[in-house]
Order: sequence, then structure tokens, then C-alpha cells
Amino acid sequence: MMTLLEKWFPHVVDKPAKFLESIQETLVMTGWAGGLMLVFGLILGVLLIVTKKGGILECPVAFQILDKAVNLFRSIPFVILIAFLMNITKAIMGTRIGIKGVIVPLVVGSVPFFSRQVESALAGVNPGLIEAAKAMGVGPVGIIFRVYLREGLAAIARGATITLISLIGLTAMAGYVGAGGLGDYAITYGYNYNRMDIVWASVIVIVIIVTVIQFIGTLIAKKATH
Amino acid sequence: MIELQHVSKHFGGEKGVHAVRDVSLKINRGEIFGIVGFSGAGKSTLVRCINMLEKPTEGKVFVDGKELTSLKGRALNQERKKIGMIFQQFNLFATRTVLDNVSFPLRYSGMSRKAIREKAVSLLKFVELEDKIDAYPSQLSGGQKQRVAIARALASDPKVLLCDEATSALDPQTTTSILKLLKKLNAETGITIVVITHQMQVVKELCQRVAVMEKGKVVEEGEVYSIFAGPKKPITQSFINTASNLSRVQEFIEENPAFSQLNPGEKIIRLKYLDTSAAEALVSSLSREFGVDLNIIFGNIDWIGNHLLGELIVIASGKTENIPAAIEYLQNKNVEVEVISHDDPA
Repeated sequence: MMTLLEKWFPHVVDKPAKFLESIQETLVMTGWAGGLMLVFGLILGVLLIVTKKGGILECPVAFQILDKAVNLFRSIPFVILIAFLMNITKAIMGTRIGIKGVIVPLVVGSVPFFSRQVESALAGVNPGLIEAAKAMGVGPVGIIFRVYLREGLAAIARGATITLISLIGLTAMAGYVGAGGLGDYAITYGYNYNRMDIVWASVIVIVIIVTVIQFIGTLIAKKATH
Repeated sequence: MIELQHVSKHFGGEKGVHAVRDVSLKINRGEIFGIVGFSGAGKSTLVRCINMLEKPTEGKVFVDGKELTSLKGRALNQERKKIGMIFQQFNLFATRTVLDNVSFPLRYSGMSRKAIREKAVSLLKFVELEDKIDAYPSQLSGGQKQRVAIARALASDPKVLLCDEATSALDPQTTTSILKLLKKLNAETGITIVVITHQMQVVKELCQRVAVMEKGKVVEEGEVYSIFAGPKKPITQSFINTASNLSRVQEFIEENPAFSQLNPGEKIIRLKYLDTSAAEALVSSLSREFGVDLNIIFGNIDWIGNHLLGELIVIASGKTENIPAAIEYLQNKNVEVEVISHDDPA
């Protein structure tokens, strides 16, 4: 087994600690940024749907502000976003480099996309159900948690899967601010030294992570559909 | 029980639509009240004004003595719990089982889980679906879905049940069984039921009183029986025709030369008689006393509520001078007479 790995991935096996560390960095970045993205994206998506015209807490001013803010941040490329947010990152995290320094831009970069996914998932909830709940005397909070989020869960899970996978794409750029990860590993140790086996190893691990996320997302969506 | 005072609902700005215009209605406790109209007449908007799903732009709405138009937020939601509602598309929660759908209005109301379950099960027994407790809505037929929706609407012990085209998506047989269920519900609990429909059949079988809507206004209102017996507005007449074969008979007469070519002195007459005069042997007494024979080409007898309403289309033949006298005789017996066509005097 070991000899086979040495044959196919000589440079990875040569310094295994660096490889494992990169995997860990990618997972930590994805985990933290992904978790925060899910929370903030859900909140923002719900706010978009309820403040919209005809929504249960219709508020055109709030909707316009949120809608424009989402569009603004969605249009900034991630690498530029890292730079754009550096002072805010420093204020929140105390540093603008390393894993800590990349979490804020990752969240800000992925939340707008996810909030649109949530918005469209909730827009797909049958309006008749909202009307039925209203007629039963259920208030706005009850409608959000007991109708929108529950009935829209399958579509939200599918949207979350897509967003998490694209988030992994963003973490590959974390090397710019010294946060490491598999993207940095593949460029610094693979590309720069022309070591193809390192690139291959990075690709294989990324594909495994994406497959696992896709599997979980599909499973949740399936469980939530009746 | 329900009182609407000059209710209007206007959608959109100045170019918007007047869905409901100045409607005033009183619906009594324990009655089954129908609101009919063709699509776009404003009946769905009107029923939504009763539980404030649509806030009237003008007018007041009272339900069980409380003015709902003055309530907001929690106070309004509290009152809405006393008004159940069912819909054409059933609107069951797809991710919840039948039991959870029926339990939905009771959760977070301070009842224990056990008590909620017991109540939901007893409601499902009432609608005869206790064997479907753990099924999901997608596994049910349309009629079963509507039964679950009825059980759910009843969970919070409402005093009023609003039915928005509740049978319009169902086949005739299932419609009949849902109507029976609503009747049984009304008889056993005394709940006030408001039925929105475009099917006159539903009104005929279920309602005690009815309001006919056209272009956002109530154009005619009264006991279902008297509306059927003597509709005053053309729209009401056209609705009633949809519930009987009469309109088709008139076409048949016009197209069939045997009926349009009458012998001298013959008339085609439509007779409409109420239960007071139905029992009398009118046909034979006409031929005996006036020498006028009635040849029946179409007959229809209907039960509306507990009343009888009969309609006959006949060819009357006999001495020309006797026919008007015969008609007068019938009218004196409270039979409504309408001459559809004469023989051609030319």
C-alpha cells in the first residue's frame, strides 16, 4: 500500500504533514464559513421573502435595501472582496490574514448567493399554504418556522448544497491571505515546482469533499419530500 | 353571526379593480349560506373579507359580535381561530402527515401533546379517515384531502366554517359525499357555514339561503327555494338553468320542427309549480273542465331543501278561446305559466 502511494504520489508522501494540514485548513474554512453562511443566508433569504410585495411582513423600504445589498456583494469578485473588506475583517476578527482573516470575506462572498437560493426556495412554497396558516390565526413567526422553512426545506437543502460547493471553490483562493488550504497547496507545492502528483492529490480530496456534501444535501432533500 | 356592512374591496391604485362593491349581508347563526357567482364576480374576495385575509377598503365586518375590521395582529389571529376555512386546492401541508396536519392549529396553544393527538384522532374519525392517520397528503385522493382539510379547519372549535369552492376540484360523486359531510357537521354542531361556489348544484343540495354576486355586487339574495322558484335577475336565471336541463330543452324545441310547427291553436307552455300545488291533478282537471289537453314533452321535479319544485314543458291543444282560461286557472292554483311559443298565425 505504502509503496504504491510512494510510486504514484512521491512528493505528497515525502511531506505528508503539509498535505494533511492543507486538508484540515480547507475543512476548517469550509466548516466555519459554511456554518455562518447557512445561518445568515437563511435569515436574509427569509427577510427578502417576507418583506417583498405581498409578503407576510411587507416592507418595501427594507426589501429594496436588502435586495440592492445582495446584488452589490454578489457582483464583486471574491479576490477583490477580500481586499475590499480588509478593514472590516480586521475590526471583527482582530486580523486580516490567515484562516481568521478569510472567514469574513468567505461569508460575505457566499451569503448573498445563498440568500437568493433561499428566497427562490421559499417562493416555491405554495401560497395557498401561507393563506391557510393565516386563516388559522398563525402569526408571522409561526408562518416562517412552521410553514416556509418546513415546506421549503427540500429546496433549501438543494440550494445549500450548491452554495457550499461553490464556497469550497472560494476557499481555494485563501492562499492570497496566507490561510493555506488545498488550493494554496496545489499552487505553491504543485504548480510552482511542476509536481503533478500534488495537484492530483488535491483534486482527489476536493472531489471527495464535494461528493460527501452532495450526498448529504440530496439525502436531506429526499427526506424532506413526501 | 356574520354581518357585513357596506363592504368594498379595491385592489391596486386608481386604475385598480373593484372586486367587491358595497356588499351588506347578514348570515344567521347555524345556517348554511351560499354565495354564488361566475368566476371574477368577487365571491372569493368577499369570503376573504370575512376573516380579513383581504382587508376591506371600506365597510365593517362583524363575526360573532366582534368587529374584525378594527382588529390587528394577535387580537385578529385570536378571532381567526374561531373561523375555519377550507379551499378548492385543499392546501394541506405536504411535509406533514394527516395527523400532523389536523394537529397543526392546536400546537403551541397550551394543549398537551396527548390531548392534541386525541382531539385530532376524534376529528379524523368524524371525517371517516382514522385509517389514514400516518399517510402523507400526496397519498390521498382529492376527496380524502378535503376531508383532512375539514378536520383541520375544525380543530380549533370554530363557530364559522368558510368554504371557498371546496368541491370545485372534485368529481360529482365525491362532491356529494363532501356536501353530506358538511350537512352532518352543521346538523350535529350547529356551526355556521358559508359556501362560495359557482356550482348551483351545491347551493341546491346544501344551502338554506343564497346570495348571487355579479361584478362585485350582491344582486339577489334570499331563501334558496324561493330563488329557485322565482329568480328575479337574469344572472340568477342563468345559474338555475345550469342546475337543470331546461336550457337544453329550449334548444331542443327550437331545433326540432315537430315542435316548432304547431297546429292551429296549439301553444308550448312552461309550467313551474311549487309544493303547494304539486299534489293536485292539474293535467286531468284541465282536460275535464276546459277541454284543453296537455302533452308533456319535458318534466323535471326537484327537491330543494325540503321543498318540491316541479317544471313541465307541455304542448297545450284545444279550443283557442279555452287556452287563456286554462292558463288563468293554473295561475290561480299558484302555477307559474310562461308561453314559450305559439302556432304561427300567418
